Amino acid sequence: MVELPDFRLTGSTGDRPIRILPLTLEDVSYEVNGMRLIKNLSATFSPDTLSVVLGPNGAGKSLLLRLCHGLIEPTHGQIQWKERRSHIVRRFQAMVFQRPIMLRRSVFSNLEHGLRHRGVGKHERLRRIEEILNSTGLARLGRVAARSLSVGEQQRLAVARAWSLDPEVLFLDEPTAALDPAATHSLEKIIDNIRKSKTKVIMTTHDLGQARRLADEIFFLYRGRLLEHSSAESFFEQPKNDLAQSFLRGELLWWNRKELRPPQGSKGTRGL
Amino acid sequence: MAIGYLKCSTRNIFLSFILSVSFAVQVWPEENTILVASTTSTVNSGLFDELLPIFRKSTGVSVRVVGVGTGQAIEIAKRGDADILFVHHEPSEIAFINSGFGVRRYPVMYNDFVLVGPQSDPAGIRVADSVISAYRLIGKARPVFVSRGDESGTHKRSQEFWQEAMTDGAAFQEGHWYNEVGAGMGATLNIAQEMGGYTLTDRGTWEAFRNKGILEVLFEGDPSMYNPYSVIMVNQKLHGHVRVELATIFIEWLTSREGQEVIENFKINGRQIFFPIADY
Amino acid sequence: MDIGSAFASAFTLVVHFDSNLLEIVALSFQVSLCAVGVASLLGLPIGAGLAVLRFPGRTFIIISLNAMMGMPPVVVGLVVYLLLSRSGPFGTLGLLYSPTAMIIAQVCLITPIIAALTRQSTEELWNEYAEHLKSLGLGPWQSVSTLLWDARFSLITIILAGFGRASAEVGAVMIVGGNIDHVTRVMTAAITLETSKGDLALALGLGMILLALALSVNGTAFVINEAAKRRYG
Repeated sequence: MVELPDFRLTGSTGDRPIRILPLTLEDVSYEVNGMRLIKNLSATFSPDTLSVVLGPNGAGKSLLLRLCHGLIEPTHGQIQWKERRSHIVRRFQAMVFQRPIMLRRSVFSNLEHGLRHRGVGKHERLRRIEEILNSTGLARLGRVAARSLSVGEQQRLAVARAWSLDPEVLFLDEPTAALDPAATHSLEKIIDNIRKSKTKVIMTTHDLGQARRLADEIFFLYRGRLLEHSSAESFFEQPKNDLAQSFLRGELLWWNRKELRPPQGSKGTRGL
Repeated sequence: MAIGYLKCSTRNIFLSFILSVSFAVQVWPEENTILVASTTSTVNSGLFDELLPIFRKSTGVSVRVVGVGTGQAIEIAKRGDADILFVHHEPSEIAFINSGFGVRRYPVMYNDFVLVGPQSDPAGIRVADSVISAYRLIGKARPVFVSRGDESGTHKRSQEFWQEAMTDGAAFQEGHWYNEVGAGMGATLNIAQEMGGYTLTDRGTWEAFRNKGILEVLFEGDPSMYNPYSVIMVNQKLHGHVRVELATIFIEWLTSREGQEVIENFKINGRQIFFPIADY
Repeated sequence: MDIGSAFASAFTLVVHFDSNLLEIVALSFQVSLCAVGVASLLGLPIGAGLAVLRFPGRTFIIISLNAMMGMPPVVVGLVVYLLLSRSGPFGTLGLLYSPTAMIIAQVCLITPIIAALTRQSTEELWNEYAEHLKSLGLGPWQSVSTLLWDARFSLITIILAGFGRASAEVGAVMIVGGNIDHVTRVMTAAITLETSKGDLALALGLGMILLALALSVNGTAFVINEAAKRRYG
């Protein structure tokens, strides 16, 4: 298990100007082949909190992230950042996917690739890469082929890569889903460090424990609808929505339209 | 140039490599060069290999030869891709000039056609008394006959012999004795050697041919097997870029005493192949 | 004529450093290397671009490129001849019957091969990388350069395939080059000439030399490729 220091990416302190947040979704829907996968979702993501999008598999969490990040376009509704110009909006975001996407190059090259295309100068690139490698426990692996790393190390590299771009918003799509407990722990520590460096993190997970450990606020998604949005404490103490309650009890594990019926006696499920 | 996709140093090495190679390769035609569209027999026999260096030494003019069949050579000359046409089929040459593609034809030399075939001579043409009767014998006995089937001078002459010898056109389709191969003289001889068949060839190509195998000359000497070669300059009025002065030097030299002597002295296996006929 | 005499003539030519042979070999290399260089400069980005971009008519272009891989060299030669002929649209350049014409014809011949195979190779990579590259905000041509670098090992093989096709073909170089002694006589054209002169042993000997050269080119590339793979993964 790798011991990681508390770390802030130098150069990005709390005094960084807030350029693109808050992110507002207004009545967003996403439809594919006639199926509505995201339904009339409205939400606001503000700076200074680690937001966790929680829900069972198939709730639409990954879709929501991709909509926010701009990888797919909503069929209805508006996704509005504070900043209007899309190329600036793109510059201050980064995303890590469930399975790490590694370029067929060395660890160092993977890190350098994004920085170079962003126009970061050579000197600054080298500085950031060295810092990031040290702070994510990948220090001696610079020349190693990225694809030969273990999944845990690859995911750490993916997070490091995203973080090195110095984003204002970091999207993490189920980042520890493919990892074992030790690797999960290391990655959560890194995510915590990222949060401490005042970078906005929006992550998805279906792991309740992880949500408890990391979240400042919870967005609970079920079948494409946002059912509850509250601070982490109040969600875990007293969820208002009873489907959320069932989920916390471990009852809603996945969404299948045909097979799953809401638990007996629960209200507030009409129209789902 | 927007070739950002290669790493900087690799890109530069690559580009300079390509540029240097292409400069090395591009042989801009030297100032004193002409292009001759020629039949294959002058090339395959080795006549040009001997004649052209002597010409160059004497006049300083380099000659580039594209050796293809008469038909293709005429096409090339019509399109203006050559300065000079050097072929051996009089009717085609006259048609070329009459259509305005060429100015005048200058007879240069002649050799003869010969009929070659397997030593066993199944059609018995060794004892024929004329080329037409030889063809008739072949048409009757129907041994394998290989026909070039292209627009070459040799093929056209062979067709003329067939037309005179045979009245029954259907005979060529019966059986598999008549093979039209659509090939140059050398390839045709290779095929004839393999199939043990008969074919008409010019003596120059034949003498220089190194895969004679079971073939040998079975009939020769008929006066109508006379095979004259002429040289024609492409009409400058049609194609302004034709190098008239240099082409004229070539024609004059070929038909001069010096050129004609070179042709006369050219031998394969000790045997004279081409006979000069220009008056000088 | 037997294989033995072919070997013998090949051996004799090589050992005596026959200057004519060297000239022919050098010309063949220059023409095909140059052609494959230009064809790669064109074909690699076209292929990767087709993998990345989506536009109307894309499917048609892909199908056409795949079909053009099977173009007979003699047809390509004929088309280029008609274009470069004095009676043709580019006649005033006077490029016919020169090594440049042969290079042009071979570029036309192998660019589709390189483009089609590159598209195939990079498309699989693109499926994997697309979300990550879009997330980074890369434009299409930045994505193309990323794909081409990452696919570099398969691209080497593709380029070699193009080189092989170029150095092995005879139809195009004969028509646009004219097989002119000391000017446009490359290996394959020389082999054709010797065959038509009936000197089959010499023709086969030249063929063996051509084969040996192809083997050494491929062998060298393989070794370099393997070494690079081991170092950089």
